[in-house]
Order: sequence, then C-alpha cells, then structure tokens
Amino acid sequence: MSEVIVVTSGKGGVGKTTTSANVGTGLAAMGKKVVLIDTDIGLRNLDVVMGLENRIVYNLVDVVENKCRIKQALIKDKRHQGLYLMPSAQTKDKTAVSPEQMVRMINQLRENFDYIILDCPAGIEQGFKNAIAGADRALVVTTPEVSAIRDADRIIGLLEANEFKQIDLIVNRLRPDMVRRGEMMSTEDVVDILSIPLIGIVPDDENVVISTNQGEPLVGNNTLAGRAYQNICYRVAGKEIPFIEFDKGISFWTKVSGIFHKN
Amino acid sequence: MGMKHFFFRKKSREIAKDRLKILLISDRVNCSPEMMEMIKNDIAKVISKYMKIDTQTMEIQISKKGNKGHDNKTPMLYANIPILDLYSK
Repeated sequence: MSEVIVVTSGKGGVGKTTTSANVGTGLAAMGKKVVLIDTDIGLRNLDVVMGLENRIVYNLVDVVENKCRIKQALIKDKRHQGLYLMPSAQTKDKTAVSPEQMVRMINQLRENFDYIILDCPAGIEQGFKNAIAGADRALVVTTPEVSAIRDADRIIGLLEANEFKQIDLIVNRLRPDMVRRGEMMSTEDVVDILSIPLIGIVPDDENVVISTNQGEPLVGNNTLAGRAYQNICYRVAGKEIPFIEFDKGISFWTKVSGIFHKN
Repeated sequence: MGMKHFFFRKKSREIAKDRLKILLISDRVNCSPEMMEMIKNDIAKVISKYMKIDTQTMEIQISKKGNKGHDNKTPMLYANIPILDLYSK
C-alpha cells in the first residue's frame, strides 16, 4: 500500500525542500519506489536540490492540464532505482492547480509507488491547500526559533482541522552547542510546545549546503545530517530507531575514539 | 543594570519558551489582548457585586489544560482574583 506524505512548515527557509529530497532519496535507497512532487508552483527548487534541473521537459501543471501523460513528466533520478521527481512549473502561479486535480493525480500515482512525497510551499494559501489535499500523513519541519515554531503551530492546527491522522515533527538546524549554553531551545522544548510526536532531529551541518551545491542529497552519508536523515527514513518506514543525542556533551572517550576512527 | 543583572540574566532559551507559550495560546484561541482586558473587566464587575476584590492585582489567562498531547489541548480560562473582604449578610 502506498503512503502519501506532505512535508510542510508554514515558514519559508526552514528546510522543507532539503528534507523532502533527503527523505525521498533515503527511502529509495532502502529499495522503495518513491516519487517526489514539487508543489511549489512558480518557485520550483526540488529539481536543483536533487540535481535534476537539466532534465525537465514537462511539469506538474502540464500533467494537470492534460498536456502530457504522468509518465512523461516524471524524471528518473541519477543514482537511485525507483526514485522519480515530478517537477513544478516555474512560469505559472499557484492558482494553476486545484486541490481536486492534485488528489486525482496522486491517486493515479498510488498505483505505481510505495511513497509519494509532496514538497509543500511556504504559507497557508492555495499552494498549501493543494499540497495537503491528497496526503495521508505530514512531516512538519521547524527550526528551534520562535518564528518557525509559531508558524509550525499554526500549520499543525490546520492539518488537524483537515483530519490528518499522523503528524510528525522534524526539528531542523539544531545547534547543540547553543542549547548547552542556554541560548537555543532544545528538542524537548520544541516538542513540549508543539506537542506532536518527534520523528527526527537534524543538527545544523555545513554538509547540507555542500550537498545542495552539488545537487546530491546527503542522506546515508557519514555526516551528522546524513545520519540524521537516514534515521528519519527508517522511522518513516516504521522502524524504531533511537534518537542521536546531540544535546548531550561529547565525552572524552568518544573524542579519543573519534581520532582513531577518522580516515 | 548591576552585578545582579549580570549574574541572573535569563538565558534566551527561557525567554523564547516563555514568549512562545503565551503567544501560541492567543494564536490558538484567536483572542487578542484587548479582548482579554475586556473579559477581565467584565468578570471583575460581576464578582464585585458579591465580594470585595482586588481589581489591580487580579489576572486572567488562557492556558492549555494539560501537556499530554494534542487530544488534551482544550484551552482553559484561569482567573486569579484576590478577595479583600467577603461581604457578610
């Protein structure tokens, strides 16, 4: 049975697209058939994060307007078997697609994929409504900042009003050093305020910028963020994986063994 | 601003948490500070009919019922009203 997951946040720039790309890639690396859908019409970005921007011929709006078949718009990933991207349109605007059209397209895709991941635009207008229309569950991305948490709370309220049964939280760009100094809210603080289940903690890691520069998601790589995204993928697929404790101080022995394990 | 301020400065993590908790409560119930003030004044007026209360220090606030997940999130209106003198009949 296929599962349709919307990645959303309310606020822009907290890491929805990066999360979509990494979760999609990670699930595909686990042997699942995955399609990533960029629902941000007019401001498409998932294609560049995935490194597939040069292969776009048709897009989501073309599919909805019956200018092409779904298969023609799907771009096959460079590295992973079973991973596809449905790019958004860059020249149209949000009103080009309706929630009903999205539901219809998603139901067609359900037949061929295990996971359908929707990268939601920022905001709570038409684009958000389109993205959540056909989804079964949601991943809410936030950073440990007042503005992002406020918007996440609003989004959670809207998702609950739309009768979402599963809403999970990803705390992105955590700075363990700042949490230790008492200058950043901890994961526990954020979970306490938003009170939805936690599915992942991604530390602030410069490797995310590097991987975006290269157009290759870092999920599964031996980096802090790569491992964090890998764990999120396992949890999305239903495995119970303990959380890496970034907030705790690094012990002397971990540091010493780290020196010997470096390659 | 003296030594005391320097040593007992509240960390920004706590400030953020406190601000968010208050902010989200009014966001969730869609209730403005002006409206809260009006509710407070009306409550004071009604209670004053029966007992003498301290309207200066009384406070009302909306907060979450419990902290155990979203199901238990019914907002509650709390009023702390200091009674100065109970009218005896």
